[in-house]
Amino acid sequence: MDYKGVWILGEQDRGKVQTVSYELLKRGKTLAEKLNVDLVAVLLGYQVSPAELESLIHYGADKVVYVDDPVFGNFLPDPYINSLTKLIDKYKPEILIASATSTGRTVAPAIAIKCHAGLTADCTGLDIEEGSRNLIQTRPAIGGNILATIKSPDHRPQMATVRPHSNQPMDPDPTRKGEVIYEKLEAKFLKSRSRQVAFIEMKEEGANIQDAEIVIAGGKGCKTEENFKMITELAKILNGAVGASREAVDLGWAKYPHQVGLSGKTVSPSMYLCAGISGAVQHLAGIKTAQNIVAINSDPDAQIFQLADIAVEADMFEFLPMLIEKLKARLNK
Amino acid sequence: MKIIVPIKQVPETSNVKMDPETGTMIRTGVEPIVNPLDLYAIEEAVRLKNQYGGEIVAVTMGPPSAHKALREAISMGCDEGILLSDKKFAGADTWSTSYVLSKAIEKIGNFDIILCGERATDGDTGQVGPGIAAWLNIPFSTYVSQISEVTETKVTVKRIVENGYQLLDVERPTLITVVKEINFPRLPTLDGKIKAKQAEIPVWGPEEITAESEHLGLKGSPTRVVKISTPKVSRDGERFSPKTDGEMEEVVDCIIRFFEEKEII
Ligand SMILES: Cc1cc2nc3c(=O)[nH]c(=O)nc-3n(C[C@H](O)[C@H](O)[C@H](O)COP(=O)(O)OP(=O)(O)OC[C@H]3O[C@@H](n4cnc5c(N)ncnc54)[C@H](O)[C@@H]3O)c2cc1C
Ligand SMILES: Nc1ncnc2c1ncn2[C@@H]1O[C@H](COP(=O)(O)O)[C@@H](O)[C@H]1O
Repeated sequence: MDYKGVWILGEQDRGKVQTVSYELLKRGKTLAEKLNVDLVAVLLGYQVSPAELESLIHYGADKVVYVDDPVFGNFLPDPYINSLTKLIDKYKPEILIASATSTGRTVAPAIAIKCHAGLTADCTGLDIEEGSRNLIQTRPAIGGNILATIKSPDHRPQMATVRPHSNQPMDPDPTRKGEVIYEKLEAKFLKSRSRQVAFIEMKEEGANIQDAEIVIAGGKGCKTEENFKMITELAKILNGAVGASREAVDLGWAKYPHQVGLSGKTVSPSMYLCAGISGAVQHLAGIKTAQNIVAINSDPDAQIFQLADIAVEADMFEFLPMLIEKLKARLNK
Repeated sequence: MKIIVPIKQVPETSNVKMDPETGTMIRTGVEPIVNPLDLYAIEEAVRLKNQYGGEIVAVTMGPPSAHKALREAISMGCDEGILLSDKKFAGADTWSTSYVLSKAIEKIGNFDIILCGERATDGDTGQVGPGIAAWLNIPFSTYVSQISEVTETKVTVKRIVENGYQLLDVERPTLITVVKEINFPRLPTLDGKIKAKQAEIPVWGPEEITAESEHLGLKGSPTRVVKISTPKVSRDGERFSPKTDGEMEEVVDCIIRFFEEKEII
């Protein structure tokens, strides 16, 4: 198979390269180094500045393949899928990884069909198998109950999506040099059968749990919506974001954007503090990349304790008020 | 209007028990159910039918017993169910599954809208919907939280993305994958249940859908599962079990020191 090189699918929003692109470059770098090949970022956009394109090189890309067209001003499946399929056909990368964002999860499956490639969704681990140079992909399945290891030995490119924010980017190196290739594609690849008629921006305070440094989360153990406000209060004191288990979301104490876990968001804050969360595998799947975890639960056997750096077996209704008081005093709030 | 709803039968994962020795799922006592997220696709199909008229065909690829899933779909308001079942289909990954479903949909023919769930709760990939659209070469939209209008030529949908909602006009015929926010699935009616019980469910194999055998099952699947393991998670953290107020205070202080150490305050 004459397929060579590791590609990551970059993402931009109104000309600004998104963080997920840099995260993918870190993942891609490990693979490219093991294979001793170039790491390439492919980006589709409209009027993305040279400085933005260079940033992909600073974060680890050896090359950037960029297509500029007004059709990429907002996301539409057809031109994305057709352009990427065309570029894959031209450059023949052996690996293509995308972020498991709404964009990545939309285009990757369609590209996999068109390129006759294997695609593994939502990988948590990517590695290269020694000898065969195959991509080894690990992902949770059956609600996080198992970890499956997957290969696509006979098909290229080997495609995978990885959870956004499941790893940190590398530190950028502004002195790094690389090549930016401006690709021109024929009009037939840029046609779209759908059209954006409007975009409604979502703005909610404390909901950006993916980018937060501190996340304070509560679960069913809070027992009432009123009690859940202790979580919100603690988050406010610490300038953190509010997270919730699925139970807490289903009960209406927090909105869906706050949900942490397999069917919610993956968070990787410096500090994750949670109370009244049992730590079901589906919840743990979303917090494994948190750097520090503090858990408060009254059940000595709560699974959340397995993942906690500090495990506090206590009644949250006694413990949290005390923590809130002392923190307020400490922070003069 | 003709609406096709691909649905999947899945094990009820919230009750899944794992065998810690072998790392496999204990299947005994696990009732298969209709993928919970597919109920929203079925419901949306019924609503569209009620508004615009037409018929709904539910289709599933699975073992012979998966006819039960189709009957449930009929009890909720679908008109017909078609079961794709054959030994040659077994072991298919999302590439092959979407191929088989697209061939079946071509055979059903003349469709206007295909409605899929966001993802199946067992495989949890969300790849089959976009895959079917790619095989059929029709436009598609994912993460749709509202279908606001259907006209002769287009469908207007609202899709949820990371930072907001995208409103799109999409040419017909089209495939749509829906999210939970779109509706509240109805319960089956008594009439529906009777209809479901009596329904004839045709079973199609590779010949009926003129599928190429090299695209089928495990053999036709680019991906290979090479290992299954049970995730082990453990950080060996510090454990506190404060009983008295005094002990609680000590732990609170300890957490505050931890925050200081990690420079978050
Ligand atoms: C396909 C699938 C996807 C899923 N995705 C997610 C997901 O993304 N995120 C998610 O969170 N879940 C998810 N779940 C659900 C998950 O399995 C659990 O049901 C859920 O995480 C439990 O939430 P909980 O911990 O708040 O509630 P519970 O499991 O009910 O736990 C409540 C905890 O509170 C403790 N508690 C009670 N009172 C007190 C007190 N006074 N002080 C201290 N502690 C107390 C209890 O000891 C208990 O541990 C998913 C499930 C499935 C099947
Ligand atoms: N075997 C199947 N039979 C019918 N529809 C399926 C099948 N597998 C997946 N689907 C459809 O594709 C959606 C996404 O499934 P998945 O890609 O497996 O997460 C589901 O919600 C169903 O609508």
